[in-house]
Amino acid sequence: MTKVEELAQGVLSGEIRSIARAITVIENNAPEAKKLVSSIYPHTGKAHIIGFTGAGGAGKSTLIEKIVREYRRNGKTVGVVAVDPTSPFTGGAFLGDRIRMQELSTDPGVFIRSMASRNYPGGIARATKDAVKVLDAAGKDIVIVETVGAGQSEVEIIKVAQTVVVVHAPGLGDEIQAIKAGIMEIADIFVVNKADRENANKTVMDIQAILQLNNKETAWKPPVLKTVALTGEGVPQLIEKIEEHRLLLEKGLKHKGSREKAEAELIEAIKEKVVSSVLEGLRKEGEFEQLVGEIVEREIDPASAAEKLLKKALKDAEA
Amino acid sequence: MQTERKIRVLIAKPGLDSHDRGAKVVARALRDAGMEVIYTGLRQTPEQIAETALQEDVDVIGLSILSGAHKTLFPRIMDLLKKKGLTDVTVFAGGIIPEEDVEEMKKLGIKEVFGPGTPTERIIKYVLENVPKRT
Ligand code: B12
Ligand SMILES: Nc1nc2c(ncn2[C@@H]2O[C@H](COP(=O)(O)OP(=O)(O)O)[C@@H](O)[C@H]2O)c(=O)[nH]1
Ligand SMILES: [Mg+2]
Repeated sequence: MTKVEELAQGVLSGEIRSIARAITVIENNAPEAKKLVSSIYPHTGKAHIIGFTGAGGAGKSTLIEKIVREYRRNGKTVGVVAVDPTSPFTGGAFLGDRIRMQELSTDPGVFIRSMASRNYPGGIARATKDAVKVLDAAGKDIVIVETVGAGQSEVEIIKVAQTVVVVHAPGLGDEIQAIKAGIMEIADIFVVNKADRENANKTVMDIQAILQLNNKETAWKPPVLKTVALTGEGVPQLIEKIEEHRLLLEKGLKHKGSREKAEAELIEAIKEKVVSSVLEGLRKEGEFEQLVGEIVEREIDPASAAEKLLKKALKDAEA
Repeated sequence: MQTERKIRVLIAKPGLDSHDRGAKVVARALRDAGMEVIYTGLRQTPEQIAETALQEDVDVIGLSILSGAHKTLFPRIMDLLKKKGLTDVTVFAGGIIPEEDVEEMKKLGIKEVFGPGTPTERIIKYVLENVPKRT
């Protein structure tokens, strides 16, 4: 067996060290990453993947800890990928989600991985999707992804998760604006956490009011639930809703959903391949560097330069 | 796309000690030096620390302790790391560890010990020079 095959084998047998190493290989985009993902891919598709998004401080990590405990009580195994932001200036990251999940770390039925966004846009990391595949292939029944939590533009999570939970908390300021601005459409379930605070009901009503503006006929109406992550209040009800959503997906929507996901993933993979192979060719010719110089000197604009290069690259490809 | 390797560090506080300033200062300094720092908060058991290091696949573990319990906690942590096969991880420590204990800690496999007043630049430099070479 080659080293990659061995690693893949380890992942499939649920061996912790292999799972951890495999995620690192994928994160670092090491040479063997592609082979690794393709060898585990046939064994994925069994886990239910749940995304948690919403502003920082809303209580996502605390809530996830309680949800994992509840799933464990129900006999399910769980994987968690918790993403925190990378500093665009230093490239470093402070990964602190585990602080809220300390007691889960010695449960053999739970695997938690902290992940830096490495400047990938949309609230997750480039490696998140494939890390989820690793945990899925390793046999976890449930895989949970916690996004960065910057707010508005965190929509990448819908490409990864089957059920998206948007978490809010009373008193986070302009956050209802943020819901309107984008996260709204991606939520399958809304949670108002910190329901122990007095204005929680107002937050619930605000969200319901926005939901009512959207009167499209849909098979699934996103419910709005209250939780207190500190005590676990409302968590069984949340899991019930997640389960309802999963069953609905299974009954019919799943096919559509998974086709869309597959299409998005294919397009992304093509983009990556095309860009890197075309760029490689262009750099070899030397014309690339020359055009960069011309753009700097304002002799040509970037769009025209790209067109010029691509015309040539495509002609080369035909020849 | 290129290979993008980052140094992953676990900063952990074993035992019942709640002096966390030093650990946070070190965590921030390493983050600002471009590393990915996992911080797990206060009151970690040796089991939690070893298991976290395993799942997070870290290159380096930094233990911060000011309570005086290093002589009982560190041997347990090093033992668990060995049992889990994490022998290629660099472990170092800081906080209040008396001079006369340092030799004993190093015998356990703790590679270096940094006391109060250590400039963070020295800690960063140490990590950069002592990250294990992994394939
Ligand atoms: C501030 C402080 C507190 C604060 C802590 C606040 C907090 N959130 O951290 C409070 C008031 C809560 C506190 C409480 C207590 N404290 Co106190 N406290 C201190 C004090 C004065 C400074 C510690 C500090 O924050 N330094 C600043 C930071 C930046 O420095 P640092 O932690 O040393 O970290 C540096 C290095 O050590 C190193 N480092 C640290 N960790 C790591 C990790 C790695 C991986 C690396 C590479 C380096 C590294 O790098 C850092 C930067 O240079 C020290 C005395 C002292 N001079 O150290 C006593 C001291 C640590 N406390 C002490 C005691 C006894 C207590 C109490 C038991 C007092 C009591 N009887 O109630 C309680 C215990 C609380 C508890 N449950 O743990 C004793 C410990 C004695 C011992 N170990 O034998 C000390 C040494 C005072 C003394 N001389 O007696 N304390
Ligand atoms: N009062 C109250 N505080 C909570 C609740 N859930 C979480 N918190 C606190 O909110 C803070 C942020 O929680 P965290 O889980 O880290 O939020 P995240 O950034 O969304 O992951 C922490 O101090 C938690 O203790 C809750 O239900 N009620
Ligand atoms: Mg969090």
